[in-house]
Amino acid sequence: MPLLNNIGALTYALDQEMERDNTIVVYGEDVGYEGGVFRATQGLQKKYGVDRCFDTPLAEAGIVGSAVGMAINGLKPVVEMQFSGFMLPAYNQIVGHVARMRNRSRGSYNLPMVIRMPYGGGVRALEHHSESLETLFAHIPGLKVVIPSTPYDTKGLMISALRDPDPVIFMEPKRIYRAFKQEVPEEDYSIPIGKAKVVKEGEDITVVAWGALVRETQKAIKEIEEKEDISVELIDLRTISPIDKETIIKSVQKTGRFLVVHEAIKSFGPGAELMSIVNEGAFLYLEAPPTRVTGLDVTVPLPKSEHYFMVDTRKIADKIKELVEY
Amino acid sequence: MIIQNFNPLEDEMVTILDKEGEVVREDILPDIEDDKLKHMYKTMLFTRIIDTKTLQYQRQGRMLTYAPNKGQEAAQIGSVAAIEKEDWLVPAFRELGAWLYKGVSLDQIYLYWYGNEEGSRFEKDVKVLPISVPIASQLNHAVGIAMATNIKKENDVTLAYVGDGGTSEGEFHEALNFAGVFNTPNVFIIQNNQWAISVSRNIQTKSETLAQKAIAYGIPGVQVDGNDVLAMYAVTKEAVERARRGEGPTLIEAVTYRLGPHTTSDDPTIYRTNEEVEEWALKDPLTRFQKYLLDKGILTQEEDEKLRDEYADQVTQTFKKIEKTGADTKLIDVFKYNYAEMPPNLKEQYEEQKRYYEGGEK
Repeated sequence: MPLLNNIGALTYALDQEMERDNTIVVYGEDVGYEGGVFRATQGLQKKYGVDRCFDTPLAEAGIVGSAVGMAINGLKPVVEMQFSGFMLPAYNQIVGHVARMRNRSRGSYNLPMVIRMPYGGGVRALEHHSESLETLFAHIPGLKVVIPSTPYDTKGLMISALRDPDPVIFMEPKRIYRAFKQEVPEEDYSIPIGKAKVVKEGEDITVVAWGALVRETQKAIKEIEEKEDISVELIDLRTISPIDKETIIKSVQKTGRFLVVHEAIKSFGPGAELMSIVNEGAFLYLEAPPTRVTGLDVTVPLPKSEHYFMVDTRKIADKIKELVEY
Repeated sequence: MIIQNFNPLEDEMVTILDKEGEVVREDILPDIEDDKLKHMYKTMLFTRIIDTKTLQYQRQGRMLTYAPNKGQEAAQIGSVAAIEKEDWLVPAFRELGAWLYKGVSLDQIYLYWYGNEEGSRFEKDVKVLPISVPIASQLNHAVGIAMATNIKKENDVTLAYVGDGGTSEGEFHEALNFAGVFNTPNVFIIQNNQWAISVSRNIQTKSETLAQKAIAYGIPGVQVDGNDVLAMYAVTKEAVERARRGEGPTLIEAVTYRLGPHTTSDDPTIYRTNEEVEEWALKDPLTRFQKYLLDKGILTQEEDEKLRDEYADQVTQTFKKIEKTGADTKLIDVFKYNYAEMPPNLKEQYEEQKRYYEGGEK
């Protein structure tokens, strides 16, 4: 079993699927010759040729819009938005067409395609490189939104995304692209879209996180559990849309407390949706108000003050304790 | 070769049939079989009659918003007649003639404008995309289809439409730029009907012609009399052949005029003069082509009158049918086409609404 980091697992999944399915084409800005600014597509052009992995002009709407046409004409495009903050010119295509073509045509035109994008802060980047915009996609009917947190999940979720009959937005927490390695099976396996994972069972509180903050939350839990008599259940959401209500509700019915941890800004963020799910599904089980630890309702600051914005271990640990002691 | 001999920077425009229906350029007159000429005319006539009657239905409160085509029949049918069955058609939203010629039924078209998504459920082999409302965004789909054609080493051509207003959109630029870079088998038709709702062509761009925009993308661009069906055909045919030979995309500006309103919600008397409309009415593409066919003996006056009656009858019958059945929608259809399989939230909402409409769910 190869030992891979998140970016390696991503390339591994793309490579294996391109080998298996010759309708898959991978393209975007710097994606072909260079293999992507984060090297997610490294080696693919060399192996599969310029017809199946190539560079495009610098134009996000053109990239996503052409992918719509390609999918209609029988290919399976995997396109990269270099950073999620640069996705906005393509948002017209994503909301206006990618999400709607199946419904608009009553199923005569379906769009199996994957739109990949690195997202999130903590990499000391310039403006527009650090946002967490998953809500912008999760709010749109017709899209699926997936966020992996480990190399194992990255491969399994990418394989599912590539085999899904509908368009999938694949958001990659870039802060942990190379943060750690994990053994990733060589064989074909997939992780179902729409299913959360109980990473760790616990009794007193349910914490839901995804992306880079799963690791941050794990650290917080470890600290707390070593010091205090608190048992935390951790759920990695894995798919933002469609959301796995069942796993969350079941967990909160057991623990009676609920905390969402996300890097996206707080107001109208994904946490608000999760609060509603818990209120509707586990209201009578609650022993403390469902709560969020999130990014702030501000423009993501530049590197010198970005740490104020970021969700760190202590912010998570403090909130867990507060809720358990409520 | 026509395209390279008409320089868009010098405002040159291809005209074959003048407004009196006389051939002014015998040397570039396309060689079209009589049957095909007649089919083209019949589709133009059918388009005109559908248009006229649909406006009436809308005024009677029997139809939703509708975007009329009157005056633009030659721009549409002259171009679409130059592609083959295996080629793709990517419309904007004012291409009634093109849809019909490519094989979309009037039933489907009426269903769409009647407000039922079933109107865009096209058979796979028709190879027509649904109406695209976000202006110019469809051009990138056309380019993607053509990129896939190249990647799959297939041979079809993708014909796409946009309006004069659409040329101002960023997506117009992105699409033409991609098409040039990837040398795609695309033909782009700008239906320059002079007005984007109330905004005149001059406010869209300082460029003398819209066709000249092609030059910046390294592709040919040509201005054509869009009310001349033979010129539209000759030029599009040449562009399609170029594309099929692997020589890449072409931009065609069809200079035409929207004789009617933008949509049924629009009042064009606010922003343009009667004189202007009357002047363009004299250049009517349908009467021009009719005269040509009558002169050539391909069409007779009696035949023409018979066709008009037949088509009017067909339109009435089709519309009545859609009025009767077009509102037969089901709650489940609102949910079931958003994804291949309904996710749990949709199932839950469907069940909830079903209970609410209990007895009402047809």
